[in-house]
This record gives sequence, C-alpha cells and structure tokens, in this order.
Amino acid sequence: MRLVNIRPGRQTRFYLLALPFLLVAIAYFAGSSARLTQNPNDKLLPALPSMVQAVKQMAFEVDPRTGSYLMASDTVASLGRLGSALAISTVAALVLGIVIGLLPGANALLGPFVSVTSMVPPLALLPILFIVMGLGENSKIALIVIGTLPCMIRDLAMKVQELPREQIVKAQTLGASTWQIALRVAMPQTLPRLIDVLRLQLGPAWLFLIAAEAIASDSGLGYRIFLVRRYLAMDVIIPYVAWITLLAFMIDVGLRVLQRKAFPWFASVRAE
Amino acid sequence: MSTIRFDDVWKEYGDHIVLERVTMEVEPRAFIALVGPSGCGKTTLLRMLLGEEQPSRGQILVDGKPLPAEPDADRGVVFQRYSVFPHLTVLQNVMLGRELRDAKFSARLFGAARRAAADDAMKLLAEVGLAGQESKYPSALSGGMQQRLALAQAIMRGPKILLLDEPFGALDPGIRADIHVLMKRLWNETHLTVVMVTHDLSEAFGLATRVIALERSRNRPEERERYGATVSRDLEIFPRRSAELRSSVQPAPAGTTRSGKEHQPGRPGALVLKEQP
Repeated sequence: MRLVNIRPGRQTRFYLLALPFLLVAIAYFAGSSARLTQNPNDKLLPALPSMVQAVKQMAFEVDPRTGSYLMASDTVASLGRLGSALAISTVAALVLGIVIGLLPGANALLGPFVSVTSMVPPLALLPILFIVMGLGENSKIALIVIGTLPCMIRDLAMKVQELPREQIVKAQTLGASTWQIALRVAMPQTLPRLIDVLRLQLGPAWLFLIAAEAIASDSGLGYRIFLVRRYLAMDVIIPYVAWITLLAFMIDVGLRVLQRKAFPWFASVRAE
Repeated sequence: MSTIRFDDVWKEYGDHIVLERVTMEVEPRAFIALVGPSGCGKTTLLRMLLGEEQPSRGQILVDGKPLPAEPDADRGVVFQRYSVFPHLTVLQNVMLGRELRDAKFSARLFGAARRAAADDAMKLLAEVGLAGQESKYPSALSGGMQQRLALAQAIMRGPKILLLDEPFGALDPGIRADIHVLMKRLWNETHLTVVMVTHDLSEAFGLATRVIALERSRNRPEERERYGATVSRDLEIFPRRSAELRSSVQPAPAGTTRSGKEHQPGRPGALVLKEQP
C-alpha cells in the first residue's frame, strides 16, 4: 500500500503522538546520566531529582527575600503583561481590520502604511521604547503591541476582504448602512477569524515578552531565566522553559475551544 | 411593482464593449428571464440593475427616476451562492432585513418588536417550506433549502424589484422543479417585478412572462472586443402570462419545439421547451 494511503488508527495515532516527546526525554536523561557519572557536580544536564528539587523551591516555598512564591509571582507578572498587550492588540486589530477591509478609502489610506510598519523589526525599537517610556511595564507592553498589531491588522483586513462580495451587496439590498454592515455582517464573521490571527501571533508575543523581560525587569518568567543563567542553574531554567511552553500551549488550546464553542457555524464555512 | 426602462444602455470596460444599445421597457409585475450564451453580459446587466455597476452610456430608469448608484432596499437579490449569511441561523437570516430597517444604530430588535419580527419571519419561513428549520445554520441546509431561505430573506424586506442571478442553476432537477413552483407562487402573491438571469431555457419559458435573449451581433475574434451584446430576441410568452393568473399548465408557446430533456444550455436560436406536466 502506498504511504499516502496509510492512515493511522486512533490508538496508533496516540503512540505516534507520544513518540517524539518520549525520544527527546530519553535522549536528555541518557545524556544527563552519562555526564553525571563522569562528574557528579555537572550543571549542564541536571537529573530529574535536582529539577524537582528546584521546582519545589521555586514554586512551593516562600522566597525569604521577597516573601512570595517566585514561580507564581513570575507567572502572574508575565501573563499580566502578555494579556494586557494582546488585549490591546486584539481590540485595535478588530476595529482597524474591519475599517480597512470594508472601506476602500480606508484601505487606500492605511493599507500600505500598515504593510510597511509590519516590516519594522520590533526588537530594534526596544531601545527607543525604553528611552521614551522608561523601564516600567509600559515599554514591555508597548513592545508586544508593536510586534503583533500590524500583522494582526493586515491579516484581519485581508480576511474581511475575503468575505464574498455577494454578502456585502445582499446586506445593502436588505437596507443596511455601512455601519450596519460592519456591525451585523463583517464583525460577527471576523471574530472567529480574529481568534485564528491571535493564535498565530502568540509565538511572536511570547518572544517579545521574554526579550523585554530579559533586558530590563525585576519580575517575570523571562527575567527569572536570565537571572539564574548567571549561576548556570539549568535545574531552574529547564522547568521554567517547560512551564512557559505549557502555558503557551494551554492558551492556544483555550482559544481553539473558544472558537469552536462560540462560533459553531464557523467550522463548515472554513471547510468550504 | 415598478417599471424599469433601459435607455440606450452601454457597458464598456476600457476598450472592451460588453453591452451596447440595450433599450427596453419592463412593465410592472413582469417576470423577465434574461438568457444568452456565457459571456454575453447577462450578469453585467443584472449588476447594473442592482446598482453594483454603472452603465458607461445611457441610463436605467425605475418609475421614471434614474436608478440609485448603489444597491438599496428597493431591489432584492438572490445569487447562485453566498446569498445567505453563514453566521446567522435561518430565523436570524430572515429577520435581518427587519432589524436593519427598524434599528438604525444597534441593527438588533428587542422585546415586543423582536417577537413581532420573529412571528412574521416564521410565517414567511412556513410559506417557503422551511418550517422547523429556523434554528439551523445555513450550512446545515441543502442547496435548495438555502435558496428558499435566500428568497424568504429578500422578500421579508419588501423590495419592489427582485433580481435573480442564476438562482437555481446549481440545484438538482427535481429540487429545481419544486422551487420553481414556489417562485411562481411568491411572484403571484407579492407585488414584485422579477428579473432573472438563467442559462436554462426551460426555466426561462416555464416561469417568465417575457424571455429576453442577449447576443453579440458580431462574433469574429477580431470583432469580439469592439462589438457588445445587445437584445437579440424579445419574446412575449404566449398565451400571455400575468401575475394574478394561477395556472400550473402552460401550453407550449408558438414557435418553440418540445424536448423531453431536462436541461439545455442556452443557445439563442435553438429554443427548447421542457414538457410541462
């Protein structure tokens, strides 16, 4: 049978899914134990017990210096920044995307500008943001917004333009004004697509968050990783990276579920 | 219920002439079928009636007044596809016209107004044979049901003119026959002037009061760009059909041949009529 026709069953699919994760874990722990038998003080590939110990200390014991659970306070700080930045980006992208996508005049005015700004490398703007807005929360949130917003606007405007022309005409024959078309035709159909666009921008958003936290911060997941790097504390860094990955994955799953539950009509439209 | 008048209408895209010298008058409550080979400008003509495109010369008058340059609620439309809104349920699709009319800012009705609109919409849905489907999304409906919904949605807003762009072209023959019956009834019971683009001649002769064929007068390759299509045949169905008449048996119009075939691609000059049951 040709490979293109072989479809794994439910159970096989599960094993296949688990396989790469398992292989990475095996490779890591094999390397770790090999290095540790050579040198028990090796810090590069810590064994599982030392990582568990580190997580216990970071997550479940009060830090004597700050009086808080470090991992929890880092997570709250990072998610706060990420959440507020993405909220700003999402709302702004929704409004501007619909305006640009629906109004040819607005497209002529802003379309090229948005395309150009989406090419600016956001990290190159970070020094400017630090100079102008200081080292506080604002500059970090601004970096994430600048990094995600232009792409989101551009993608969303394109999605609005992809709505069949017939629908816009049909709405007008039902007496809809421009405002009513935006409100009843364009926006409800843009919302599920906004979730797609947002999911695509989650990766860049995390990148900019960690970068901003690494450079100037006193809390946050990125800050912690770059802080303990000085002590080669791989037993902290690796669990933190895993934790960040898990958070990002959960947000992505959450958005996907939201899309399915809130817009039950969307799956069949996308399938077309 | 409106008189539509085409006054020497031309449509050109740059050097390319699509339609030329189109002059005709459509009486109130007529049911016009526009037929012709593909690329002859049937749909362009309909789009001009819709206000989506403007004639490059001449003008279109409705009840003596020039046609507004954009679509409005006086002219309802049903396209072959994408005529209903996929994000609204069947009931919401039909209610939309009322909501857009009565709630300028929120475009949504609440309370008693909403219930009244929903009642009217339910009656209309029952009329078009969609009772019991009101909470489904259009994607859950068959093609024929989607077009019934599109008709109900357009009629709910009470247009004077109904424009149909190959509305039943994608449907199976049996389903098409059913929806033809519905279309006839709606035309009889409302005050619509209907203009339908179709490539199905049996449909054209089975439904319309008048069949208008568009055709290019010159078809040599080097002439195609510079000569547009125009009205080549303007056939009144005989015996005359009018909106109030509720007859299901239509004898064959004079000058047409009969054929048992379900579907004949439209080629003017080869008029074929489906045997009526």
